[in-house]
Amino acid sequence: MQFAFTEDQLAITQAAREMLVETCQPADLRRMLAAQAARDAARWQTIVDMGLLGLLAPDEAAGMGLAPVDLVGIAEAAGYVGLPEPLVETAGIGVPLLAALGDASRLAAAIAGESVAIGYPGRRFVADADTAGTLLLADGDALHLVDAKDVGLTRQESIDPFRRLFRVDWTPTEATRQTIGWGDTADRGAVMTAAQLIGIGQRAIDLAVAYAKERNQFGKPIGSYQAIKHLIATAQVAVEFARPVVYAAAAELPLDSVASRARISHAKIVAGEAADLATRTAVQVHGAMGITWEIDVHFFLKRALALRADWGTTAFHTARVLERIMTLPTGPDLTFSSDVARAA
Amino acid sequence: MKLEYTDDQRAFRAEVRAWMDANVPDGPLPSFDLTREGFEAHRAWERKLNEGRWGMVTWPEELGGRGLDLIRWLIFEEEYYRANAPTRVNQNGIFLLGPTMMEFGTEEQKRRFLPSMAAGDIVWAQAWSEPGAGSDLAGIRSTATRDGDDYVLNGQKIWSSRATFADWAFGLFRAPGSERHKGMSLILFPLDAPGVTVRPIERMDGEKVFAEIFLDNVRVPAADRLGEEGQGWHVCMATAGFERGLLLRSPARYQEAVRKLIALYQAHRDILPASIGERVAKVWMNSEAYALTIYAMASRLAAGGTIGPEASTNKIFWSELDIDLARTALDILGDRAELSPQARDSGDVGDWLGYHIFALGGPIYAGSNEIQRNIIAERMLGLPR
Repeated sequence: MQFAFTEDQLAITQAAREMLVETCQPADLRRMLAAQAARDAARWQTIVDMGLLGLLAPDEAAGMGLAPVDLVGIAEAAGYVGLPEPLVETAGIGVPLLAALGDASRLAAAIAGESVAIGYPGRRFVADADTAGTLLLADGDALHLVDAKDVGLTRQESIDPFRRLFRVDWTPTEATRQTIGWGDTADRGAVMTAAQLIGIGQRAIDLAVAYAKERNQFGKPIGSYQAIKHLIATAQVAVEFARPVVYAAAAELPLDSVASRARISHAKIVAGEAADLATRTAVQVHGAMGITWEIDVHFFLKRALALRADWGTTAFHTARVLERIMTLPTGPDLTFSSDVARAA
Repeated sequence: MKLEYTDDQRAFRAEVRAWMDANVPDGPLPSFDLTREGFEAHRAWERKLNEGRWGMVTWPEELGGRGLDLIRWLIFEEEYYRANAPTRVNQNGIFLLGPTMMEFGTEEQKRRFLPSMAAGDIVWAQAWSEPGAGSDLAGIRSTATRDGDDYVLNGQKIWSSRATFADWAFGLFRAPGSERHKGMSLILFPLDAPGVTVRPIERMDGEKVFAEIFLDNVRVPAADRLGEEGQGWHVCMATAGFERGLLLRSPARYQEAVRKLIALYQAHRDILPASIGERVAKVWMNSEAYALTIYAMASRLAAGGTIGPEASTNKIFWSELDIDLARTALDILGDRAELSPQARDSGDVGDWLGYHIFALGGPIYAGSNEIQRNIIAERMLGLPR
């Protein structure tokens, strides 16, 4: 039993995090918006050069052969900076799916920076479909692999200016249909989204803390008042107790059991709630400035709002948690999914 | 990251489970806060635990423990609650004073007090709060006046859990004339010493869960001071860290209560709205989140890390989750929730009402949640005082 990241995991996460924080400041986001740029080409190239897109690809495909838990801290950092580029969805979902499909050339292209867009069953719109080289789309529950040149795209404006959502018009054929299904794609999506949400929540808190230290009212920084302190502390508690759930969900994802899937749903629910609380708290702490375009909080509030319902709504995930607690034993000796399988 | 127990850890769990199966009394013991008999029944259980060397498994062997790490401590607690073993009557001793003594005590104090603590021979009460000093603990007025090799204690303490029947107390006193955080000392004193008067305070349900302690020229040897003279505040803050951290309220306690809540929900779910099911799911998630967070903390400590002000997040989380847990149970019971277990038609109401009344104290004791939020804001997040 060791609920901690290894030195290697910490080193990779730290390197990625430093790069993201350095290159993706709110001023950079604003510059991209002014230029109407979908992605920052230099940063995307750095992501490719650092090998981040291939972390979960097998060794023989020039990947690192790592597991979802190795990527979870990087996804958290992507949320923390409000990253516009599809690092998480390509590295965490697209690349493992292409590897499972055995499509070596598309996998190599994806690792080299040709992003993958995911139209999972039930997902009405596909994010980043315009910059993707490969689209993995659903016809019913079946998985289809479609080339970018074979689809028609209709942009659907999201409140999050960096969410590039599209309705994808395409024709399923025997040639696009894949012999394998979606596998654990939904669970990977939920875990990686949950990780981004706790990053967003922490960023909102950090913004609120910074503002509360410098904004003066009644002759003192507003952060010296308990009313403000307690709002922010409550949000921090929510993030603190969501983070280990997300890490455990990522570590247990490969078990693919009712218990491990319930942990993933648990992670998605509480990470979404923490991000929601933290971003709303950040707005409140900023006062009237909090609802302006000028203050950076909105980047994170909008991303949280978008991701909360992505990869399964709270209602969907609550149903999975209820299934687990109603059909399998619970109790103090059954925290970890491997033990639940043994006890059942 | 490896979220699986080793074979050794599994074997340890099996060993604890076998012992608990063979030794935990059938049915609950009488309350330790109502009668001397109930208190002594719990002391007898502590002695039995100690005979099996289960009194405090993390302590070194020479002090009555097994020298086990925190992961095994969590496993022990899981099996303890799973077996519905009696509440630890000496929790103020073993979970608060014990670790403090391990850190600040002299070798002589450790030898004298820790084995007797693990054995339940001396049951401890905490004597910190005063009528005029609750959240503002640095405002205490009770004094310890040095007189040669002795201290003479005077003043009044309040909200001392277990003090009605306990044997000794660890109290916070100040040198006459000292102010605020300076001049304090943590001093151990017997509750039957001349000059000590203990007056029980009834909780709203009639249980004498805490007491006032009056000290009138109580003479104790200076050797019974824990830590340096004048360093009492520093020593107390370390104790408070244990209180809010992973010792006092282990996750197993809530996970076992949630297991019972789920059983209650299953028994009544046919007539309950879906919203109750969602609340049950929420409480389960929170108890699990607490467990996972504590496992992560234990892993960090095992790797040489420390727990700082984030212990305050624990205190808020477990106390609020406990109230949600109790309220969900009461809402499942509906119009029977108000019934005492003695009511003729109480059926399966159990003691959720008592659970609820106890849970209401959670956000208050061990430092109110308002104080915890101040600590998080100021020491974790760096907001100005």
